[in-house]
Formats: sequence, C-alpha cells, structure tokens
Amino acid sequence: MNFPPVLSIMIFLPLICAIMVAMVRGEKGDEAIVEKNVKHLSLFSSLFVLAFGIFTYQNYDATITDFQFVENYEWLASLGINYHLGIDGISLYFVMLSVFLTPICILASWTSVKKRVKEYMIAFLVLESFMIGTFVALDSILFYVFFEAVLIPMFLIIGIWGGARRVYASYKFFLYTLFGSVLLLLGLLTLFSQVGTTDIPSLIANPVDAGLQKWVWLAFFVSFAVKMPMWPVHTWLPDAHVEAPTAGSVVLAGVLLKMGGYGFLRFSLPMLPDASIYFAPLVMWLSVIAIIYTSLVALVQEDMKKLIAYSSVAHMGFVTLGIFSFTQQGLDGAVFQMISHGVISAALFLCVGVVYNRLHTRDISRYGGLVNNMPIYATMFMIFMLASVGLPGTSGFIGEFLSLLGAFQANILIATFATTGVIFGAAYMLLLYRRVVFGPQGNKDAAQMSDLDSIEKAILAPLVILVIYLGVFPNTVLEKVTPATSQIVFVYQDRNVPDDMVENSDGIIEVETQDASVSE
Amino acid sequence: MMETLNIILLMPEIFIAVMAMVFLIFGVFQGNRSTDALCRAAVFSFVIAAYIILQTNWDTQFALNNMLVVDSFSSIIKLIIIIGVIASLGLSVKYLHQERISRFEYPVLIMFAGVGMMLMVSANNMLALYMGLELQSLSLYVLAAFNRNSLKSGEAAAKYFILGALSSGMLLFGMSLIYGFVGSLDFMTIQNTLSSLEAIPPGLTVGMVFILAALVFKISAAPFHMWTPDVYQGAPTGITAFFAIAPKVAALALIIRLLYVPFVSIADQWMQVLYFVSIMSLLFGAFVGIAQSNIKRLFAYSSIGNMGYALIGLIAGTEAGVSSVIVFMLIYMIMTAGSFAVILCMRRDGIAVENISDLSGLSKNQPILAYIMAALMFSMSGIPPFAGFFGKLFVFNAAVDSGHYLLAIIGVLASVVAAFYYLRIIKIMFFDKPADLFDKEIDVEKRIVLFLSLFFIIGFIFRPLFVLSIAQNAASSLF
Repeated sequence: MNFPPVLSIMIFLPLICAIMVAMVRGEKGDEAIVEKNVKHLSLFSSLFVLAFGIFTYQNYDATITDFQFVENYEWLASLGINYHLGIDGISLYFVMLSVFLTPICILASWTSVKKRVKEYMIAFLVLESFMIGTFVALDSILFYVFFEAVLIPMFLIIGIWGGARRVYASYKFFLYTLFGSVLLLLGLLTLFSQVGTTDIPSLIANPVDAGLQKWVWLAFFVSFAVKMPMWPVHTWLPDAHVEAPTAGSVVLAGVLLKMGGYGFLRFSLPMLPDASIYFAPLVMWLSVIAIIYTSLVALVQEDMKKLIAYSSVAHMGFVTLGIFSFTQQGLDGAVFQMISHGVISAALFLCVGVVYNRLHTRDISRYGGLVNNMPIYATMFMIFMLASVGLPGTSGFIGEFLSLLGAFQANILIATFATTGVIFGAAYMLLLYRRVVFGPQGNKDAAQMSDLDSIEKAILAPLVILVIYLGVFPNTVLEKVTPATSQIVFVYQDRNVPDDMVENSDGIIEVETQDASVSE
Repeated sequence: MMETLNIILLMPEIFIAVMAMVFLIFGVFQGNRSTDALCRAAVFSFVIAAYIILQTNWDTQFALNNMLVVDSFSSIIKLIIIIGVIASLGLSVKYLHQERISRFEYPVLIMFAGVGMMLMVSANNMLALYMGLELQSLSLYVLAAFNRNSLKSGEAAAKYFILGALSSGMLLFGMSLIYGFVGSLDFMTIQNTLSSLEAIPPGLTVGMVFILAALVFKISAAPFHMWTPDVYQGAPTGITAFFAIAPKVAALALIIRLLYVPFVSIADQWMQVLYFVSIMSLLFGAFVGIAQSNIKRLFAYSSIGNMGYALIGLIAGTEAGVSSVIVFMLIYMIMTAGSFAVILCMRRDGIAVENISDLSGLSKNQPILAYIMAALMFSMSGIPPFAGFFGKLFVFNAAVDSGHYLLAIIGVLASVVAAFYYLRIIKIMFFDKPADLFDKEIDVEKRIVLFLSLFFIIGFIFRPLFVLSIAQNAASSLF
C-alpha cells in the first residue's frame, strides 16, 4: 500500500505552523487579539497533526513486523547517511503520545501562560516536530539530530517560563543531557566506522564484535540513562520538573523521558546484544536502587511536583528492569509502562497545575480537604493517583505487572526487591492524596478554590478515559507492540541466556486476557 | 614540471594588489571622505577576483617557476577567504564612522591582507609561504592599531606585533633547518626527499616543529594562543571581526598544505605535535572561556577551542579529515561573522558596550536580533539542527574513522563544557531582566550579514551535500 508521506508531514507540519504562528501580527493595542489568535492557531495546528497521527494509527498494519510508512531519501549521500523514516509497533505509540500530549499542553497553558504567548506556542510546536522526528527516524545520525534538537525548545521553555530557580534547572537539564548525547554520538560514529552504515535496520542486522560492543554500549548507556533518567544520574529531573511550567513538565515526563527507553529498545538491545547481556545485571541493580531509593525520597517530599518527579524515576526503573530482562513479557511491559506513565504522569502534573494556578504554591501543606470544594477534581486526581500506584483496571497495573513478570524470569532476587517499590509507590501517592484532598480544611484560601473549569475538564477527561481503557483493554496496545518486541527477544533466544529466561511469545496473550477479565 | 611563469594564474591576486595601490593613491588625494566609496569598491574588487577564480581551470597548475600552485584546494579556500573578507568589510563600514576612525587606509590594508592570504594558500615554496604570511601579518598589525588614539588598540597591536615577529622568527629558523637538511625550499622537492629518507634526522624534525609552532601561533591554538584574547579585546571591534573571520581560514589552509604536501611522509612526527596542540586548545578554549565577562574575549577563547576541533580533523590524516576541516572552517567563519554582526550592534547612545551582561533581556528589546544570536550560539555549541553540529559531526567522524578515539572523546567533552558559556549568552538574553535599550538602527550591511549567516546555519541541514562536495573536491587535490 502506498501512503502519502505521513511521517514527514507530521515532522514538518508543526514547523510550518510554528512559522505561521510567528507571523501573526496586529496593530498596537491589539495584543489581546493577537494572543487569542496565536492560541487558536496553535491549538488548531496541533489538532491537525493529531489527525495525521490518528490516520497513521488507523492504517498501521499490526500483522507486518517490518517498518511501515517507510520514506528513504538521499541526504548526506556521500557519507551514506540518508533521510530514512519509518515506524514499527514501538515507535508508533511514542509518536501517538507526542501528538496526543501536544494539544493538551497547549490547552493547559491557555490561561496560565501570560507572558510571551507567541514564543511559548512556537516552542511547543517546534518541540512536537522534534519529538516525532526522534521516534520515526530510521537513520542513526538523523535520530541524533532530532534527539539533541529537542534540548533547544525545552531549554527555553524551562528557562523563560519556569519558576524561581529556572536558570539553574534549565542549565542542569541542558548540560546533563548534552553530556550524555555527545557520547551517544561517538558511539554511533564508532558503529558507522565499523559497519559502514548509519541505517538503523542495517546496523541491527550486522552486529559488531563483542569487545567493541561493550564500549559502544557504555557510550549509549550514558546518554539513555541520563535521558531516562536512571539512578544516579537522575538529579536533573526533579529540578527540571519543579521549575518547568505545567505544560513543560507534562511533555518532559510524558514524552522526553521515553526517549531513553526508546533508545535502549532501538539501539542498545538489538544492535549490541552481547554487551547488553554482559551489562544486564548492572542495569537491573541500578533499576532496583532507583525504584527503592527514589520511592523513599518521594515519601518525604513537601513539593508536589518534586514528589511526582521522583515517582517518575521509580516508574522508569520498572521500564529498564523490564527491558533488560530480555523476555517477551518484560519488553512488552516496559513499552506499556512507558506509554501508561506518559499518560499518567502527564495527568498528575496537570492536576498539580490545576491547583497551582489557583494558589501559586506547590507546597503540599498549603492544601487540604479539597474534596469538599473541588469534588470533580478530587475524583479525577484519585483515578490518576490510583493508576500511578498500579491499581488493577488502570493502565499502570499492566505495565508494572508485565515488567515485574519479565524481571522474575530473569532474576528472582532483583525482582523481589523491585516489587517492594510497588508498596512504596502506594505509600507516597496515597500520602500525597490524603494530605492534599482529604483531611481538615486548614487553609482558608485553599478551601475557597473553585472546582475544575471547562478547559480543565476537557484536558483531563481524555486522559481519564485513556487510563481506564488501556487498563481494561491492554491488548489494543500489545497486539501492535508484541510483533516489534518479539523481534528483539528473538535475537536473545539463541544467545547464551539460560533457557528458562525466555518464554515463547504465545504465553503473553493468555496472561493479557486474564488481566483484562480480572479487572473487568 | 614545466619551468614557466604562467602569470595568468595569479590574475586574482594581481588584480586585487593593483586595485589596492590604485585605491591608496586615490585615498591620498581624496582624503578620509572617500573611505566609504573605497570600501564598496574593495568589495566590488573582491567580487571580481572571485569571478576570475570561478572562471579559471582548477586543475593543478604551477606558476612562477613552481613558487605558487593553483589547484582546486587553493581556489576553494580563496573563495572562502573572499567571502570572509567581504563580510568583514561590510560589517565595519558603519562601525568606522561610529568610532570616528573612518580612514581610507582601512580598505587598502584589508585588500593587502587579502592578497597575502590568497598567496599563502597558493604557496608551493617556503619563500612564497613566508612572503604571503608576512604580507598578511603586517597588514593585520597595522589594523590592530587602527584606532591610534585608543590606548587599548595600541597595546593590542604592540602585543600582536611582538609575538607575531617572534613567530616569524621561529618560522624562518625552521625553514632554514629544513633547507639545510633537504637543500631545497620547494614543497615537491621536500616531499620527494623526505619520502626517500630511511631515517628522519632529528634536526629536520626540529625544523618542522618550529615551522608548525609559528603557524599554530597564527591560528591562535594553545599553547601559542596568549595574544588572542588581548588582541581581540583591544582592537576595534570591526577589525576584531576581520581577525576572527578570514586569517584563521588562510593560516589553517596553509598548515593543511604544508602537512599534506612537503611533510606528508613524516606524519608520525607532526601528528604528535598537533595531538598535543589540539587537546590543549580544546581544554583552554572550553574552561578559560567560562570565566570571561567581555564578549570579545569570550569569542577569543571560543576561537581557540574551535581551532582544537579543526586540528582534530587534520590529525585524522585522511582525505575525509581534510574535507571535514574545510567544512568546519567555513561553518565556523560564517557563524563568527554573524556573531560579530550582533556584537557590533551592541551600542548604547552611540557608545559600544562589550560586556556579556549588556545583552541582558535583549529578547524583549530586540527579539529578532536575540533570536538570531541564540541560533548562532546553539550552532556554535554544536546543537543540531544548526550547521555548527554538522561541522563537528564531520570532524569527529573523521577522527573516529581513523581510530583517534581519545581525541574524539576529549573533543566532545570539551564541547559540553564550552556549551556552558554559549548557553550563558542565551540565558542573559532570554532569562534575565531587560537592561537599557541598544540603539535600534542596524545598517543594511549588518542586516545582510546577519540574515545570510542565519540562512546558512539553518539551511545547511537541508542541503549538506552542497558544501560537503565542494570541500571534498578541494581535499581531493592534495591527495
């Protein structure tokens, strides 16, 4: 089937729209009208891109395991670097996440962003373009271009529209990630010089020798671990989250963190199988430390955004745990966990944004008893909170459960430790919810706050639906993800992995239907 | 090899030299009010010279009994130099008026420097090399002192002259050693003699190191970088822009020819020297730049660091390495031209300000200028999708390809450190509270330079092959 070049359209459409937004002008004194036009045009643009995303999703053929919607044009032909795009079951969902969250971000900033609205909207549209590019690029240098370009709009979003310590946070974010990225570039160039191509499918087909793999793997690891972020290089995340505006946090937690996991799945695992097996225990132990340590840190946070930021690190720990179990369940779980976390953490940051807009503080103790004056808010917040805890019936459960299932097959000790993280997760999220929503209404101004307005409802409602839908019908995702992940697992089946670590890919379907029926 | 004069090949240089002398005479009679017209005429002369170069055959040909060579490498580098010279002439027309140093010698000196640079890249003999280099350097010394009433300008010129003279001395000493061992100053003869030697006499290596040290001084790479910050800061800004843009390209092209033609068979020796120089420059440029508060000094350290990257490509020792250096230098030159256009716009009430903090809140006061500067800074720190990333990509690719992993790792880490001070400029422009307004009016010449450089750094990603294939063509004539 021949399609129009939807992937290119999705990359360049937001850029073109950003230029259009930049050209919106008005007479002196018409600033309010200009702002209104800018907001509407941006929202319309992002919805337009979302429409293309839905078109892609509808036409994606789950029965084909190969890359789809492929575009391949010459770009740096004399070096053999091409403009090569395509998606498989893994990248499809990250693209969907990007196009889905951008309109939500724009809506979430509708009233809360008051200065430099035009630049703000341009930054988000450019960011959307780069995010999509990262996930659809099938050439490693092209991937790198998008992967690193994402830093520019995000740096400006944190730095211009952020909170009190925004300068520190934006620097930390930029330099940490850049440090990882440049090593990734060297790793990619090393592979290029050895294999003679930067084409991702060809690199996967031609692994280099095991000794070199370790060095390249380490270079990749630094980059993806920072982006993920994994303990102990996670410290930029709480700062970035706390200082970023609400929509910035949403897109940071929702999409940018997933680039690390996506990198592991697209680069480290399939291209460097020997090194991945060699370093798997290291990654798994780091993941367990991340899960337990950051959960404990989250327990004592007084700042709502910081708490959710630390919980993000813990949840990402489950992702790396699942990925480096090299099992079908683990990989499926990791992808699912990333998608689900993208939705849930985005929703949680939006929930924080709702009360922050009213009281302008993120201090947990300044709130309390919101259930009395904000019942709809309390209900929605509860759904997301429970999803984050991993309650069966929500999307959070499927991801954690499958990741842990994979981890148990790889290493029971590690998996046991990791499972305690589920309990800690429940502890800090329930504590947060109790202190903010229940309890006495000690603060007068908090008790005066109005419930969700129509825009806030419009933002949160699709997320509620998605969280529950994915929790009840996980197979809609997994049926597209599994063909892609099974190819990665296949690489590991004939390596020196103990036999009991690898299940056949049929097992997964049974597990899934059971989950679904239980939660229904 | 034919023993011929072939003087027709030198048409561009001769043309500019003759025009420069005509302008000089014209200026003497007309006085300083002719400066603007002479600047325009100089730009026009360089355009004609570029046209002549484009019309000539780029196959390797020798002129003046092998003293000079014209090949695709020299022709392309000359074109790049001409672009740089035209850009810096454009940048300083208004500036000279503003600083009341609009003297007619300015275009004349720039033209002589231009001829010197063009002769440098065509040199095929140590004497031709020396002549071209000195013609360029002497013009630059005078230019550094151009604001003769300013103490700083004089100080800068004195420092530049004394250290430059020292390096010229080292160059001559190195050449005489080479002559003593080889018996010729001709590049081809040196190459043939060296490749037939079974063991390299130490004196020859010493000679080569002396020559290299002198040339490294000219490109301001560490540890011979000491003059750069002072000269950059002290010289009038419009002239600093010229220093930063064109002469580095010429000197680096000279190093490339020297290393890959006469000294190609002792690559093992010169690689060690450059390895050290490259790492020193990368580290100095990155770390010392952080502490700067004057924007011109900052760009001096930035240029030191960038020379480190350029040398990485040279150390790779491959054709791809040389072409990566050419691309890198072209991109660097264009980014520098754009950045200096912004620096030249930093004026309050008719007085130039030079502190980085003076850029405070520029994004509020002059958003377009601020966004162009931000794009240039991101490009300088090597963030895609801007052109600066590709310059570094090609250089690192060449280094990794030839197995110089350590160098590549130090290079990328230095680029992270250097990113800090480029980000600081963006931070000050975008995150800080607005300071007083800059003078709003920006002359047409600066606008053209700004928009062309912006167009280049953004457009590069769409047609990277256009530049790369030109560079490959240039590099191929050396191998």
